Amino acid sequence: MTTDSNKRGSKGDILLEMRNIEIDGFSDERWHDIVKGVDLTLRRGEVMGLIGESGAGKSTLGKAAMGYAQPGCRIKSGTIMFDGMDLMAATENEKRKLWGSRIAYVAQSAAASFNPAHRLVDQTVEATVDHGISDEAAAKKDAVDLYTALQLPDPENIGTRYPHQVSGGQLQRIMTAMAMSPRPDLIIFDEPTTALDVTTQVEVLVAMRDIVEQFNTAAIYITHDLAVVAQMADFIKVLRYGDEVEEAETRLMLSEPKEDYTKTLWSVRSLEKPEDKSDDIALSINNVDAAYGKSVKVLHDVTINIPRGRTVSVVGESGSGKSTTARVITGLLPPMTGNIVFNGEELPAALADRTKDQLRRIQMIYQMADTAMNPKQTVGEIIGRPLEFYHDMRGKQRDDRILELLEMIELDSSFIDRLPSELSGGQKQRICIARALAAEPEIIICDEVTSALDQIVQEGILKLLLRLQKEYGITYLFITHDIAVVTAISDEIVVMFQGKVVEQGLKSEILNPPFPEYTQLLLSSVPEMDPDWLTNLVDQRP
Amino acid sequence: MHPVVSTVLQRLGLGLLTLFMVSIIIFSSIALLPGDFGQQVLGQTALPETVEAFRRELGLDKPAWLRYIDWIAAVLQGDLGTSFSGRASSGADESRSVWELIAPRLSNTLFLASFTALIAVPLSLFLGITAALKRNSIYDRSVNAMTLTTISFPEFFLAYVLIVALAGTFPTLSNVTNDMGLWERIYKIALPSLTMTLVIVAHMMRMTRAALINLLASPYIEMAQLKGASRGRVIIKHALPNAWAPIATVIAFNLAYLVVGVVVVEVVFVYPGIGQLMVDSVSSRDIPVAQGCALIFAATYILLNLLADVIGIVTNPRLLHPR
Repeated sequence: MTTDSNKRGSKGDILLEMRNIEIDGFSDERWHDIVKGVDLTLRRGEVMGLIGESGAGKSTLGKAAMGYAQPGCRIKSGTIMFDGMDLMAATENEKRKLWGSRIAYVAQSAAASFNPAHRLVDQTVEATVDHGISDEAAAKKDAVDLYTALQLPDPENIGTRYPHQVSGGQLQRIMTAMAMSPRPDLIIFDEPTTALDVTTQVEVLVAMRDIVEQFNTAAIYITHDLAVVAQMADFIKVLRYGDEVEEAETRLMLSEPKEDYTKTLWSVRSLEKPEDKSDDIALSINNVDAAYGKSVKVLHDVTINIPRGRTVSVVGESGSGKSTTARVITGLLPPMTGNIVFNGEELPAALADRTKDQLRRIQMIYQMADTAMNPKQTVGEIIGRPLEFYHDMRGKQRDDRILELLEMIELDSSFIDRLPSELSGGQKQRICIARALAAEPEIIICDEVTSALDQIVQEGILKLLLRLQKEYGITYLFITHDIAVVTAISDEIVVMFQGKVVEQGLKSEILNPPFPEYTQLLLSSVPEMDPDWLTNLVDQRP
Repeated sequence: MHPVVSTVLQRLGLGLLTLFMVSIIIFSSIALLPGDFGQQVLGQTALPETVEAFRRELGLDKPAWLRYIDWIAAVLQGDLGTSFSGRASSGADESRSVWELIAPRLSNTLFLASFTALIAVPLSLFLGITAALKRNSIYDRSVNAMTLTTISFPEFFLAYVLIVALAGTFPTLSNVTNDMGLWERIYKIALPSLTMTLVIVAHMMRMTRAALINLLASPYIEMAQLKGASRGRVIIKHALPNAWAPIATVIAFNLAYLVVGVVVVEVVFVYPGIGQLMVDSVSSRDIPVAQGCALIFAATYILLNLLADVIGIVTNPRLLHPR
């Protein structure tokens, strides 16, 4: 502990110093402030964690550390000194000489940030060769070494492939190699693992941490995930609405956060519903095989039982068949074999063959509330539609019911005439919940409904869902990849992997040993709020 | 088989199928033309029996589907038929084969089109790329405004403006003949070529610019900037390789126009191209020639679009290098 807390002073001279940075962004025909006077100091070899929710300005601040303002943004005032050079006064050309040589950037989505038209190794060494740091042959040889250090498979040849030919986790590591190729003094990691599955995230985190340590590179690590940043950073700065909330050494920040806001950042992880067993099965999926088209089979012999008035969470990585299961239940994708039994009766496989009442009883809420609502309709129209369709409500009766529903989702009557574009992310998701409730369903399928939301908003939505379940006895099928959410809301858990059910059981059974191999891998990959978690995990794994 | 090869072959097959369907449309629409060749040639005073005999001689008395089959079977063997013109009521037959009529005209048209393309395509790529590079600058705005101006005028108007302005420098009649040397031909077609260049550059240049600027919002372009690549390098190395598909499509469209859509320019400059031949053959009800021209036009369109498709395929690394 003592050596760690001395880390800041011991690692060297100041590399980057940002003072009173103010950044504006242009939207809706006017300038808004995104970053409001933040200071930032980084020494050589240090890793700073920059955390906050979406809109906190962390990514904008991270790019500003390079003297770069993305299109539609401008650095209004402040000073940025990088190793004695004033980046605010520097010309484009002078900054360009730094970028890709002394300061490197690792973007969130590696899949979108690699040029699809060029081979990976050419992109890895592009900046190094372009800046004349080394010749092409030497840089390519070094790239192979970096690929090896980052534990990429077949490091000799992986560079000759194109971006679409390798996986997301591999791309993210190659992007780290690309950043490291010119041996920069500073790397900006901008949410580098957010788009990855937890099991992949672990490998990428380890690779990035080790290589930064190996070359004693300073880094700014931007993320919204406190548990991730705890593994990577020496100290952490928390941002909110473009202001600094607090900054502290990592262990101190985790054990004794000073500000209330910082405490709420991981409050969702403290939410936990006690599990409740039930044998009254509302809906069951029996031995279902399903495929897209004729060839791509995505579900293999899937059997899931959903008890009435309980929450069953389906967890798994992307591509494990979670959302396909939802599509089978709703009838959007009729299964090849197997059936769906609802209240003891077999449901017609296809949506078109189901009765209106069968449709009414199963409702769905989606991940992207934005795209699940007609942007031209007001909240009243959106919620009113299922009332007319399923319950034939008109006029005052309908309007009264809309108000009731708004009250149920904790919004007031002023929302009735608003358009989706006038709502926040959390409010939009609430409207989608109200729309589902309007049908008076027995089962609501929630497909990653909190994945696009910030932690605090997430917590609000989960609490609302739990309350509605208690009051109206609604059954949830909750699809998610987030284990923290699963712990918070489920009674039972289904683990899926590559289109198969690994296991189903009560929360306490699934989350406690003994584990099947995959569940073990999945659960152990979920980052914990312990700075030694990653180190211990690497030691434990063979 | 490499998936690119199979995709290209598939497109080629589709192209042939399209051409076949187009041949049906051409045949039916020409069959629907009002008036009758026999009546046209023999005049209002001809006896019905004479007209009937003349029609029988040309095969016009057969039912349409039979005539179509005869025609398409001959076309498949490379025979476009014999022109109706050259026959007279006197019975003298000086008619020539359709190919003999079309060939010199087609070669003239292709000559004019290729020469124009040779100037217009590089010019519009250059203007488009530089405009994207200097986006929203005075240069960008003036290039945009100028090309927009030239595309906004009807082409015959542009042609006459050029004649007025450049009549002293270049000939206003482009009456090329077979015995002319290359340079003399080029000198003769300077004005029609310039007119057409002005007409097509705007479209191609704006599309090139738009395709590039559209890509500039991609994360990988920001990545390239943050790797310290210069503006030129970002455009040429990172944006352009991903922009070929839309650019090729618009170029193909304009090249096709150079072959099939230039009849007005041909008329203004009295250029003996295939467009004039087609218009003449339609007005004189010379069915085989009209059909032959239409078929060649259709084939040009299909071939050029096929080419654009192929360029789109081979510049897409996802298709070229499958997983």
